[in-house]
Amino acid sequence: MSAELWRRSASALAAAVRDGAATAEAAVESGWEGPAAVWESTVHAVVHADRGARAAGALAAGETGGRGALQGVPVIVKDNLCTLDYPTTCGSKILAGYHPPYDATVIRRLRAAGAVVTAKGNMDEFAMGSSTEFSAFGPTRNPYDPSRVPGGSSGGPAAAVAYGLAPLGLGSDTGGSVRQPAAFCGVYGLKPTYGRLSRYGLVAFGSSLDQVGIFARHAGDVALAYGVLAGNDRFDATTRPDPAPDVSGWDDGVAGLRFGWPENLWGAGVEAEVVDGLEAAAGWLERAGARRVPLQFLPGEYSVATYYLVATAEASSNLARFDGVRYGFRAATTPDLRALYTRTRSEGFGPEVQRRILLGTYALSAGYYDAYYLTAQRARARIRDEYRNAFRSCDCLLMPASPTLPFRLGEKTDDPLAMYLSDIFTIGANLAGIPGLSVPVGLSRDRLPRAVQLVGPEDGEPVLLRAARAIETRGARAPQEPEFAWPTKG
Amino acid sequence: MTIRREDVERIAELARLEIPEGRIERVAAELSAVLDFVGALSRLELGTEAPPRFAPAGAPLRADEPNGRRLSNHDALAMAPEAEEGFFIVPPIVENLEP
Repeated sequence: MSAELWRRSASALAAAVRDGAATAEAAVESGWEGPAAVWESTVHAVVHADRGARAAGALAAGETGGRGALQGVPVIVKDNLCTLDYPTTCGSKILAGYHPPYDATVIRRLRAAGAVVTAKGNMDEFAMGSSTEFSAFGPTRNPYDPSRVPGGSSGGPAAAVAYGLAPLGLGSDTGGSVRQPAAFCGVYGLKPTYGRLSRYGLVAFGSSLDQVGIFARHAGDVALAYGVLAGNDRFDATTRPDPAPDVSGWDDGVAGLRFGWPENLWGAGVEAEVVDGLEAAAGWLERAGARRVPLQFLPGEYSVATYYLVATAEASSNLARFDGVRYGFRAATTPDLRALYTRTRSEGFGPEVQRRILLGTYALSAGYYDAYYLTAQRARARIRDEYRNAFRSCDCLLMPASPTLPFRLGEKTDDPLAMYLSDIFTIGANLAGIPGLSVPVGLSRDRLPRAVQLVGPEDGEPVLLRAARAIETRGARAPQEPEFAWPTKG
Repeated sequence: MTIRREDVERIAELARLEIPEGRIERVAAELSAVLDFVGALSRLELGTEAPPRFAPAGAPLRADEPNGRRLSNHDALAMAPEAEEGFFIVPPIVENLEP
């Protein structure tokens, strides 16, 4: 039985462990004995794993009372979330070997609910990238086609949830880093409303944009994990003090729901199969009782432009702490403190991180601050207003998660701008602080995952989950098991 | 907007990064391309008012007191590249003025 536990939803797995039908250890090891034994060497989703830590986690889960919402459920978490029992290295040489002295709040909440951290997942260095190719550990590959990327920056957790290592994953989403890899790997990916999930223990990239996000193979599991994780945290002053929205009605249907249809956005640069996926999802929502509201929306290029000033400015400040003094990598033999800083950072950060630090430093520097940073802040307000206006006539927006299907490794690594445009449909939600959910809609003709994105107003998670569930049940293949060449099927 | 070689050198110094001589022109070209793209924002007619703050509504202030979580000296130093007798060790930061 243990060999098949990995196929179950988080909700079913937790129920089995609570009822004594399975042990937490069996639930956790099933993903390693089954799919990971076959796929991990090809996909390379995991950067830190430790059987002893898993066993200890499963044991500790049993001591929480044994009745948790995620009892015995393995979760793969991105390598930028602090964990006491695994290194936390952000896919970077500069944090090589770093063991945090505390658990991130979201990790504490997972453990309190009975979940077990099964591995740390690969990522673009410091979450800067859209393909998981910019990792000091080497790239992760897409389980549906290993010549293609899994998306990024949370490509490791997305790919691992897709191939079956764990039914749940955590990532971080600063400009689409949960939703775009979810789309590329055929799983659900939620970027919650800013301030709903604690960022305490999430290594900061762009603090006004960062949110911890959730990967799952079922819409209901996203709701389950959101219920466990969302809420005020006294260690993160940007978490909201009022109660998080109740998502327990995720299966209540979409009768009367109005979804915005900003058709002007999918012109040039959006692949035909992505548009086909949107039409299919819209049709399923309509047949389930929802109504399509056509509207015009500000082109995504403005969001990308705004983002690459705001996010890089914040990153240049946040990443100033990596200096080789208190933790992580230190360059060898430096004559003075200034050389220690400069050489440590130059040797420790990869090329994309350095590019963004330079861009952010420029945007904040004397003489350019008004022209770039202040302009970007004004543009950000304009973009937020654009969403607010749209939500006067609809309950959520239906749009692409990514303009393309998964692209090939190496295709965009030498063209930063092309890589940045991969996030053209996801970045707006981060700038506006609103939730977005990537929803699988089956496979393309070439058997690559297709997806759509639902974007909602602040605290619109219940609406997004109901719509995602409607798509899941009405027509889309629910990705209950990977459709790639799973070997036990012969 | 064109980023020149001297701009790259100046911001690299501010950011405490060292760009190898052979890469400076390339970095300048990459940053220029991104800034050209960012120039699209000038079409938005954004006005000149002070931009709003993006702090979440109702974000609370707390008393300026320790919150109860402490990191021991031992734990704080545990991950240091170099530490000695309860302190972080770094290269000399003042010149030795002794004759």
